Amino acid sequence: MSQALHLHYDVPGDDFTRAGEASGAVKRKLKQMGFNSSAIRRVAIAMYEGEINMVIHAGGGEADVEIMPEKISIVLTDHGPGIPDVELAMKEGWSTAPDHVRSLGFGAGMGLPNIKKYTDEMRIETEIGKGTKVFMVILAQ
Amino acid sequence: MTVAQMTTVLNLKVLAGKQSMERLVAGGYCGDLLSWVMGRAKADDVWITVMGNLNAIAVAVLADVSCILLSEDAALDEDARQKAEEEGVTVLQSDRSTYDLAVAIGKLLS
Ligand SMILES: Nc1ncnc2c1ncn2[C@@H]1O[C@H](COP(=O)(O)OP(=O)(O)OP(=O)(O)O)[C@@H](O)[C@H]1O
Ligand SMILES: [Mg+2]
Repeated sequence: MSQALHLHYDVPGDDFTRAGEASGAVKRKLKQMGFNSSAIRRVAIAMYEGEINMVIHAGGGEADVEIMPEKISIVLTDHGPGIPDVELAMKEGWSTAPDHVRSLGFGAGMGLPNIKKYTDEMRIETEIGKGTKVFMVILAQ
Repeated sequence: MTVAQMTTVLNLKVLAGKQSMERLVAGGYCGDLLSWVMGRAKADDVWITVMGNLNAIAVAVLADVSCILLSEDAALDEDARQKAEEEGVTVLQSDRSTYDLAVAIGKLLS
């Protein structure tokens, strides 16, 4: 089997004009590589939700993507405030997004639930004051 | 029905992304909160919204909707228009309400 492809992106904080660059680039890459459109769509949405969360809630971060023929793994790492109550954060509708990002259309409290919905595996590691890591795996089939 | 056909029948304005109007419209989704759209809209839906910003274009690309339809004459930001051109996202506009447009498109699709 061919080797895994590793991609790395820096996600700048508080820059909504650039948010989505990393997930957009991954989407294009997967398309070039011939992955099926449903898998591409799930990767794109889940990664964008995680990316935008780093921008809004954590002052930016990094994305590491590993592409294998059978699955795509994504790790999003930030050094933001951490998530005090992960179970609560995972609930549909829970959001601490400030007003200025709500006016852009964010803050529905649906981002983490969407990641859960579109991935085959999802895990959050977080420490208050240190940061958050979101792990996701999407199976190509 | 294609985006182009829908545009003609409903007399919509084309603000960006003329090159992608042969895409098929399979259904529709109405909403302005981006994560609801990403969670609930399906690929090839027409997305009816008042959100004409850069993030809306990113969402349209990632969620793979057939086009964005701005209702109530909602504005498309200039940076969003450029991004839509670049990404090949068709952005349409109408002075009708979201409800009216959804009803009209529903009839066309049935
Ligand atoms: N990387 C992160 N660092 C710190 N807090 C986070 C992070 N990601 C999510 N959160 C917290 O979890 C909450 C829920 O996140 P979620 O993505 O579901 O909703 P949202 O970002 O507030 O709104 P939406 O995603 O619908 O635009 C956020 O409001 C925030 O309090
Ligand atoms: Mg979010």
